[in-house]
Amino acid sequence: MKVKVLSRNPDDYVRETTRDIHRVPRNYDPTLHPFEVPREYTRALNATKLERVFAKPFVGSLDGHRDGINCMAKHSKSLSILLSGACDGEVKLWNLSKRECVRTVQAHEGFVRGIATRFCGTSFFTVGDDRTIKQWKMEPPGYGEQEEPLNTILGKAVFTGIDHHQQGETFATCGQTVDIWDEQRTTPIRSFSWGVDSFSCVRYNPVETELLASCASDRSIVLYDMREATPLKKVIMKLRSNTLCWNPMEAYYFTCSNEDYNLYTYDMRHLDTPVTVHMDHVSAVLDVDYSPTGTEFVSASFDKSIRIFPKDGGHSREVYHTKRMQHVICVRWSADNKYILSGSDEMNIRLWKADASEKLGVLTGREKVTRDYNQKLRDKFQHHPHIRRIARHRHLPHDLYKQRREIKEMKDARRRKEVNVRKHSKPGSVPVETEKEKHVVAVVE
Amino acid sequence: MASAVEAVSVKLHVGKKGKPPKRYWDNPTENDEDINKKSRQDEESDSNQGNTPGVSLNKELAKERQNKNDRQGKIDHISGAKDPFPGEAPIPQERLKKFQRVEKTKVTSGLRTKLKEAIHRSEAESEHAQKQAARFDVLLPEDAGFLEGDEGEDTCTISQDDIADAVDITSGAKYFNLNLSQFGPYRLDYNKAGRHLLLGGKRGHVTCIEWQTKNLVSEINVMETVNDVKWLHNEEMYAVAQKKWLYIYDSKGVELHCIRKFNDVLSMQFLPYHFLLATASATGFLQYLDVSVGKEVAAINAKLGRLGVMAQNPQNAIIHLGHPNGIVSLWSPNQKEPLVKMLCHQGGVRSLAVDKTGTYMVTSGLDKKLKVYDIRFFKPLQSYFLPAGASCLSISQKGLLAAATGDIVQVYRDVWGTPVTKPYMAHRVRGGVTGLSFCPHEDVLGVGHADGFTSMIVPGAGEPNFDAMDVNPLAGLKQRREWEVKALLEKVQPELICLDPTQLGRVDRSSWEQRHEERVKVLGYDPLAHEKFTPRNKKKGRSSSGAVERRKKKVAHEDQRDVIRKTVEENMGKEKELKEKETASLSAQGQKSALDRFKK
Repeated sequence: MKVKVLSRNPDDYVRETTRDIHRVPRNYDPTLHPFEVPREYTRALNATKLERVFAKPFVGSLDGHRDGINCMAKHSKSLSILLSGACDGEVKLWNLSKRECVRTVQAHEGFVRGIATRFCGTSFFTVGDDRTIKQWKMEPPGYGEQEEPLNTILGKAVFTGIDHHQQGETFATCGQTVDIWDEQRTTPIRSFSWGVDSFSCVRYNPVETELLASCASDRSIVLYDMREATPLKKVIMKLRSNTLCWNPMEAYYFTCSNEDYNLYTYDMRHLDTPVTVHMDHVSAVLDVDYSPTGTEFVSASFDKSIRIFPKDGGHSREVYHTKRMQHVICVRWSADNKYILSGSDEMNIRLWKADASEKLGVLTGREKVTRDYNQKLRDKFQHHPHIRRIARHRHLPHDLYKQRREIKEMKDARRRKEVNVRKHSKPGSVPVETEKEKHVVAVVE
Repeated sequence: MASAVEAVSVKLHVGKKGKPPKRYWDNPTENDEDINKKSRQDEESDSNQGNTPGVSLNKELAKERQNKNDRQGKIDHISGAKDPFPGEAPIPQERLKKFQRVEKTKVTSGLRTKLKEAIHRSEAESEHAQKQAARFDVLLPEDAGFLEGDEGEDTCTISQDDIADAVDITSGAKYFNLNLSQFGPYRLDYNKAGRHLLLGGKRGHVTCIEWQTKNLVSEINVMETVNDVKWLHNEEMYAVAQKKWLYIYDSKGVELHCIRKFNDVLSMQFLPYHFLLATASATGFLQYLDVSVGKEVAAINAKLGRLGVMAQNPQNAIIHLGHPNGIVSLWSPNQKEPLVKMLCHQGGVRSLAVDKTGTYMVTSGLDKKLKVYDIRFFKPLQSYFLPAGASCLSISQKGLLAAATGDIVQVYRDVWGTPVTKPYMAHRVRGGVTGLSFCPHEDVLGVGHADGFTSMIVPGAGEPNFDAMDVNPLAGLKQRREWEVKALLEKVQPELICLDPTQLGRVDRSSWEQRHEERVKVLGYDPLAHEKFTPRNKKKGRSSSGAVERRKKKVAHEDQRDVIRKTVEENMGKEKELKEKETASLSAQGQKSALDRFKK
């Protein structure tokens, strides 16, 4: 007779000392792990719920301005510095990690319309309602020194925006015309106008650095090449665009925020239809900024909320609002892709997390593993109805909620009417227009 | 290699004697040629493989690996030594198969590129994981037990005493008898880790024992009939089905709950991943108790009489009930009707068991038959005749079947394969067997009978390698507590119990109509239904019945008109085309009708 009976030596399975880690023998045989899918689903459900539980995006606010924030700029070299300009002509420099104001400059009389930091991070430019462009040192003045600009340029008309070249010594302003300036000169080296009276925003392309785009008040977006004497082309839309932002990674795309509550992503090469129409805001969109990875962008709106959109998604993935935040005028995505800064009417700059449920601070190895595992689970089961419902749910303030329903009703009514018109007209006389085609009036080369 | 060099040298230096001096630029050309040559060989060998499929598997694999290596451009070591086992080590197919869960997703041409990529990536990942798991199988520390007789010796004639003497002292101690003649017959249950044993005597004696150390944890007499006992999710709590109500005790024997919603319970099953206690009662009700929140999840009247025979399918948590009319019915808590009803026996079903993989069900009935079914297809596989009929059945983790006939316990091996004629082991206990259960992760069979309890050694019964993430028999107190929290967090909801638990991971291919139907069922009304048109009442005689009908006609089938118009147009077009074709073919054939002469 030959016999062997299972007999385990506990020493092989139990840790030797209490200071040791536990031994965890594994056996991956699927029959020992029944209900793999339901258990994983349960885990995914829990992960989704926890994500919503921990979604507390508001980090803090920077208060100190005495009037509404009109513009903001990121420091080109330092993560912790933020520049903001208010409606009373005051410019403040903030230390974000300490959340305090490090310097205040009375830059202009009237609004500060735009701020741009130089690529080297040693100085910044401001434009204001007093028709001046001022260049300031980033360093505060020494003891006993006066707070004075490095340069002041007096322009002919009010400037409404400014942007600095990525690596050259030129910058662009917009007002009644789009002007290209050399830092050393007091007159613009080039001036573009294309039959319009004012521009609201001008932005340099981050990759093709000689290219510019601007939003004009005649509902058009104009593209320029700095090396040429005339503008390249423009697209005229149904309503005015307020600002635009280039995608930093795929720099042939830019997104503009429009008065018609939508944002439009355009391919610079094909302006006849936007690539994507981003809908969700219920009031005019005032500002937009891309994340440094170019996968998402954030938009600020007159409806007192900011939203985060995926670059190719028609609807926002996130909406941020607080009780006290009024019309959001400007918004920026921090260069480390982690935070969002919003400046609003009620004199506050707010700091938000870009990923609402992210845990701040240094994570331990196990925390990282759990985070990644939960992320994977959420991705895997995201299309299950129960999980999708939980992941998508956002609380909205009553006003926003009501307006959204109202807008939906209006859209439905319009659609219904269009269908009826089509039904009762000669076939083919009322063509079906897609949402993308609807908003473009013309492209002018 | 050398010949190639020579050939080159001959070409380059015609008429010169001796070898040319070695140049540093010579090497790359040599290698290039070498690689070219090899790749040519690869192609040849590939074509050869295609022609001769009868080559042995190992050789092919080795060749393939060799080819792969060559393609990657890996050159042998500078010393000239060759790796005798190049490339990845092969994994036997059957072992890989063990870890394969579902069929591969078919990538059809119509899919979008992004989706295709995602599918390819996830397939590659899962394949890698399966391979790794299969490789890990070699490293498992323990081997299963076995029992082999000498030549001409049947293993079923080997007595327990002999086995206990032959094995080591700790294993030998696993064969023991408890003489409890006063309160029997006994029912029993091992907990999931296999460390604790719960015994319940018909006349009220309930005891829990750490059976390996023979440590008596607690012992009570409930002073009432005990029908069944069952451990809950850990060894802290157990449920006892008593004469009238269901009670829950803790391991010290303190009564925690008396659940008055569950009456006359005859047998119980605990679903560990759902934290559900399923009970079958004499009144014919199958009830589910969620032990984590203490709520009754479902109470189903099976309408098939007294329920005493019960088993669970460990793979999908379906409860199997055996009925006095020979029917076995399958239940989930989400449905008031049985999922499946199958007639298994002529006469009542006496006992049921489902194996660990959820593939086979073994039933025994009053017709003295023992039948084996494949419950994936509900197909009978084997039917055995046992002269006395089996009163209790149990299947071990490794697939051994224990059947109790009267006071004899027989263990069979592989009953679903080739028909079995002889038992693997047999043992006579001192009274009629009433409870039978294999101990998980041990080579032990527990037998509860009229005269107490017997623990039998059955080599090869238990799964040798446990997974500590699932259940750890040797876990400490803190580990067990941690496990409990984790297990509760991932408690599977009872709504997810269905015949195929992998369904949740598949694409829901239900059509819009099906989903709409379900939605209507849930809501109780059709949200998309059209309102019926009722014409407004007009005055001055304009609402005569004729006028109303005319007005109704104007809007009737308005939504379908476009479709009808389109189909009519299409049909007309088709007819026209057909006619044209006909005429064309006629003219082409040159057949002229008499009337063609009038054509211009």
